[in-house]
Amino acid sequence: MVVSVQIAPPDFDPVFAALADHTRRDIVRRAISAEEGVVELAGHYPMSFAAVQKHVAVLERAGLVTKQRIGRRKVVRTNLEALLVARRLLDQYEELWRARIDRMNELIAEPAGAIDTVEATESKR
Amino acid sequence: MTVTAVRKDPQRLTLTVEAEFDASVERIWQLWADPRQLERWWGPPNYPATFTKHDLAPGSRVEYHMTGPAGDQPHGYWDVLEVEPPSRILLRDCCDNADSTPRPFNTIRVGIEEIAQGRTRMSIEVVFPSTEAMEQAVAMGTDEGLGKAVGQIDAILTEEANPARSELGL
Repeated sequence: MVVSVQIAPPDFDPVFAALADHTRRDIVRRAISAEEGVVELAGHYPMSFAAVQKHVAVLERAGLVTKQRIGRRKVVRTNLEALLVARRLLDQYEELWRARIDRMNELIAEPAGAIDTVEATESKR
Repeated sequence: MTVTAVRKDPQRLTLTVEAEFDASVERIWQLWADPRQLERWWGPPNYPATFTKHDLAPGSRVEYHMTGPAGDQPHGYWDVLEVEPPSRILLRDCCDNADSTPRPFNTIRVGIEEIAQGRTRMSIEVVFPSTEAMEQAVAMGTDEGLGKAVGQIDAILTEEANPARSELGL
């Protein structure tokens, strides 16, 4: 997990961009209970149905919500997993650097002569 | 514990880690300035790093690859922006996708200072790739920055009325 962050940070930008709007955050919050469709969601905001639909589409593209069929209705459901992935970003970087600092500490604990430095490598030549 | 402080600032999309070592400033500087020492800590044991080009000077590009357990060798590089031996480095750490297209970079600010005789504090500040997303957010006409959105993630997840919360053990 840590390795994948280090080598190739996942593309979080669509997630952050999608969450950079308060209406969309509110939709994400409401859609956790997965009870409402786009029509019902649109009723909460002073904007057109089309505008709300657009917000839902942005969230869908970022993987933050999905539309799910329940009987004859289609409800919007928050993908909590995607939300958690975004939050884990900071934690993963913390782990990455903690591990690096542990290795630094091991390195400086070694006796000076035992460390393979550039200087040591070059004087051996 | 070596790590003395960790600060996560979702407003600035920044992670700061501070650590203290029983070593001189020069000794800690060498962990960055000497590629052979750098290789000992940059990559995890199962993905050791090899620095193939290393000149810690402003404007230079430091190149490295890591070698995975399956022999895979992802490449990365630093664009060195500022260097002030033995106390300060500012660099952009970047790596390429498998198809060689670049990914967003992280900016890393390193500070090294003596806090007592033979005792040194190192601070690492990592600023996350946010420029693109920030531009997108601005383009969408929102008045709120990216950082606030990230801060909201916690608010969304920890909301008391959130029925899904307990299911996830949050």
